[in-house]
Amino acid sequence: MKVQLNGDPVDMQGTTLADLLEAEGFGGARIATAVNGEFVPASLRDGHALTEGDRVEVLAPMQGG
Amino acid sequence: MRDFYGTRLANGFMLGTAQYPSPAILADAFRRSAASVATVSLRRESGRDRQGQDFWQLIRDLDVHILPNTAGCHSVKEAVTTAHMAREVFDTKWIKLEVIGEEDTLQPDVFGLVEAARILSDEGFQVFPYTTEDLVVADRLLQAGCEVLMPWGAPIGSGLGLNNIFGLRAMRAHFPDIPLVIDAGLGLPSQAAAAMELGFDAVLLNTAVARAGDPAAMAEAFAGAIRAGQQAHAADPMEPRDMAAPSTPVIGKAFLE
Repeated sequence: MKVQLNGDPVDMQGTTLADLLEAEGFGGARIATAVNGEFVPASLRDGHALTEGDRVEVLAPMQGG
Repeated sequence: MRDFYGTRLANGFMLGTAQYPSPAILADAFRRSAASVATVSLRRESGRDRQGQDFWQLIRDLDVHILPNTAGCHSVKEAVTTAHMAREVFDTKWIKLEVIGEEDTLQPDVFGLVEAARILSDEGFQVFPYTTEDLVVADRLLQAGCEVLMPWGAPIGSGLGLNNIFGLRAMRAHFPDIPLVIDAGLGLPSQAAAAMELGFDAVLLNTAVARAGDPAAMAEAFAGAIRAGQQAHAADPMEPRDMAAPSTPVIGKAFLE
């Protein structure tokens, strides 16, 4: 299944947001996620099924003013 | 100093974490200034280099209050979603709410700001709205649930200082019980001192420190100015007057004509 991860196309195995994050190296990271512009809390990632073409955003702490 | 949603800060210095030459210099700026709040943001993370994780560790080690922002957001939805994500990542109800309305000045979209502030306040966020000195907007923000206001001194990153002293003084007088923070536009410590002399509770700045030749020294200079301005305000400054008034007593002066 192809999804967009932070703007880049990714061919993912598995079906859920948690599967994608684990496969892409985010295991244990302090991140927040959104799918198609909607926030998905960490507690719901396991049960959040992705579908073809979903836009996934993975954000982390960054410098800011 | 007034409390910020029940939190009493050690000082009125809120310092940004962006644009420093290196993480070590950023940490040094916080150490030397003892700034009590660090503003932070959220950006896309790569699973390969995981840069955000290193930054998170650095921020934790600073041992300061963390104020995440919604910088770069131009719509209510974008700002609200960013706030949700920031709350989870940084584990705080505090949010520096920015809804930008104009690109050249980065002036807040005050209509979107009030709407987003209402949504987030209703959800239990403690909102620090980046606003203008407009009293009507300020009143709307308070009605929306904000208990802190952060008017700009001048456009973000401009270093122009306090562009509208009259408006800021009016704001201080109009909302005597509300914590007020000058957010953005400061370039020099003297401008920070002036803000504190007006009775503001804190200043928030980033570029003036991060882009200085010696950021850590500049941070320390700002800390001194903020402290001096706060002491001066507490000491009840004299009223300016148009005519001279001799400071040396004239009684007992010799007649030497």
